[in-house]
Amino acid sequence: MKLRKLSALVATTALCAPMAFAADMADEMTIVSWGGAYSNSQNKAYHEPYAEKTGVKIINDESSNEAVAKMRAMNEAGNITWDVVDVVASDAIRLCDEGLAMEIDADEMLAPAPDGTSASEDFGDLLVSDCFIPQIVYSTTFGYRTDLVGDTPPTSVCDIFDLEAYPGKRALEKRPINNMEWALICDGVAKDDVYDVLATPEGQEQALAKLDTIKDSVIWWSAGADTPQLLADGEVVMGSTYNGRLFSLIEEQDQPVAMLWDAQVFDLDGWIIPAGLSDERKARAMDYIYFATDTQRLADQAKYISYGPARASSAPLVGKHAELGIEMAPHMPTDPANATNTFLYNYEFWADYRDDIDAKFQAWLAK
Amino acid sequence: MALTPVTNQTPAFTAATSAAAGAILGLFVGTAQGSGLMGLILGAALFGVMGFVFSSMLLEQQKPIRWLTIAAFAVAGFLMGGLPALVLGALFGWFAGWFIFWIATSSYRKHLVPYLTPGQVLWHYGFRVICGAIFVFLITPILVVMPLSFNAENFFTFTPEMLRFDPAGYSLRHYRDFLTNPDWQQALWNSLRIAPMATLLSVSFGTLAAIGLSQPHVPFRRAIMAVLISPMIVPLIISAAGMYFFYSRIGLQGTYVGVVLAHAALGIPFVIITVTATLVGFDNSLTRAAANMGAGPVTTFFRVQMPLILPGVISGGLFAFITSFDEVVVVLFVGSAGQKTLPWQMFTGLREQISPTILAVATILVGISICLLTTVELLRRRSERLRGMSPS
Repeated sequence: MKLRKLSALVATTALCAPMAFAADMADEMTIVSWGGAYSNSQNKAYHEPYAEKTGVKIINDESSNEAVAKMRAMNEAGNITWDVVDVVASDAIRLCDEGLAMEIDADEMLAPAPDGTSASEDFGDLLVSDCFIPQIVYSTTFGYRTDLVGDTPPTSVCDIFDLEAYPGKRALEKRPINNMEWALICDGVAKDDVYDVLATPEGQEQALAKLDTIKDSVIWWSAGADTPQLLADGEVVMGSTYNGRLFSLIEEQDQPVAMLWDAQVFDLDGWIIPAGLSDERKARAMDYIYFATDTQRLADQAKYISYGPARASSAPLVGKHAELGIEMAPHMPTDPANATNTFLYNYEFWADYRDDIDAKFQAWLAK
Repeated sequence: MALTPVTNQTPAFTAATSAAAGAILGLFVGTAQGSGLMGLILGAALFGVMGFVFSSMLLEQQKPIRWLTIAAFAVAGFLMGGLPALVLGALFGWFAGWFIFWIATSSYRKHLVPYLTPGQVLWHYGFRVICGAIFVFLITPILVVMPLSFNAENFFTFTPEMLRFDPAGYSLRHYRDFLTNPDWQQALWNSLRIAPMATLLSVSFGTLAAIGLSQPHVPFRRAIMAVLISPMIVPLIISAAGMYFFYSRIGLQGTYVGVVLAHAALGIPFVIITVTATLVGFDNSLTRAAANMGAGPVTTFFRVQMPLILPGVISGGLFAFITSFDEVVVVLFVGSAGQKTLPWQMFTGLREQISPTILAVATILVGISICLLTTVELLRRRSERLRGMSPS
């Protein structure tokens, strides 16, 4: 008797559960992002006001790191579960080329600036792909322990390679991008020639040879959280990471760390919409993007994290940090004082040479 | 009660043995201070001299000498590294005093049978030291996590305040974060919804399969068994990718039911193996006797067979529960963000922001696991006692 009741119960639960889920899918959307403080800033600046305005329930998925692989798998399985995805520009370009992301006409589908400037003009050069709506400008730059560098803190990116003046470990990202450029600059290559030199096998050898001089003192990181942890530990003297992570380490966590903005590398992060959504979900995703990328919202995000808004019209609206109450403008990578010597991530170069240089870099690492 | 009459050792032997122990301890301390070799030599010298002096001159005043050693080591530790080093120093001092007198008075031989050769005595204690070292090796990573979870800072770091035992260096903020952060709460809730359901399915199917497969007349038993336990043998990532594509086609990917089914599939092998093991000792004439007395198969199962194989079912269920509760690979594929479980949240948390909230969660989970295993073990003993079997 008991068994029959139990099995009936199990069967009913099993049958009802999927129906319950199907019913409330209609006003839910899954937004994929990076997690941590970054997702938090998006929650505050975009998700919460949007949910309040429309009543849509937003589910956060923190899978941006493997967005390309997962979107390929979804496409193959014919089951797209994401509605809006936050990716870096290079991933957006790849996804767009593969047809996995939807093309978006900025002027038609996005809000114009408050003074009437069209969206495409407002974003300007940052619209690096037809599928990509830029959201922030971030930079990869160095932070150093103020208490471990003696009386003369580093001022130039080449101090990374100076083991005599700054002994101790350094943290560098476990990939060739940025490291190769910095190595060449510090080996005497003029900034304008860096990519011409790096395109040749000799140039690649030269960069690796320069990195070889500090190889024994490098701790390689792969997640953005690694360097802040290593700096907080005092495990490394200096290390590269995203400027927002360093801001949080310095201003929010109060660690004895300072920024070295020299030769920072700008990169873009923004939204794409997966190709192949149903009309209903596509309309909702577009509505969200329209809302979340207008001038005011982009400026709002800068209240929570020190990344520069991608619209020109948002820059004057950047205010104070929501909790600390400090002016955010001087902490933006795009602030003139910080941006005296900068790079922009060279999407074309790395699209062409990435596989080749990656292989060489990995072989060099293993040596 | 001493098994073997013993005489005191010569000072030279005591000194040599103590020096060896001192060398090992010195190696650890020296490595922590930056020079393993220095530590090794200094430790050996210090312990050697102490061993010689204690055993040749001070053997009669064991108690005061041991207290003195503890005090001396503690003060030395305090001078070197403050309060935490004082505790460590006292521990070292206690060990030094105990070890030297233990060797010098031949206490180590007291409880061993008299005919053992020195080599056998050495192996007797060496074996225990090796076992202890393995235990420490296994348990240390878990123990390190626990104090770190009370860190007042947002990093995986023993801050100077913590090492000074300053209360300001400790806080419960990461536990508070776990209990108030909606992301973590959602993950906990999802785990608690998925794991028991998956366990229930694994236990039901696994037990039935084990009983069926233990019948000698079932054809292709070995082949069926191999298929059923394959989720345990096939690399998890392969199962996960396969399930992802299969479940996507039939609309189960990214649903609660999909994750539960996937976890049930992973748990079934554990149940089958444990239940099959208990069925080996099961006497089939009992079921025939039950049938003979008019009980149907279902009644027979619940009234006769089930109570006897219950220990296997419970431990299989426990494994299935822990598999589901700890599982991160399959849920990353089969689930969507709506089914984010605790391990998933910990995984992304570790990758994106190294926050000690993960350590707080880990500590809580370790606590729960210990409670769970203890409860099950106590229940098992109780039921065995009730049935008149000796607890094993």
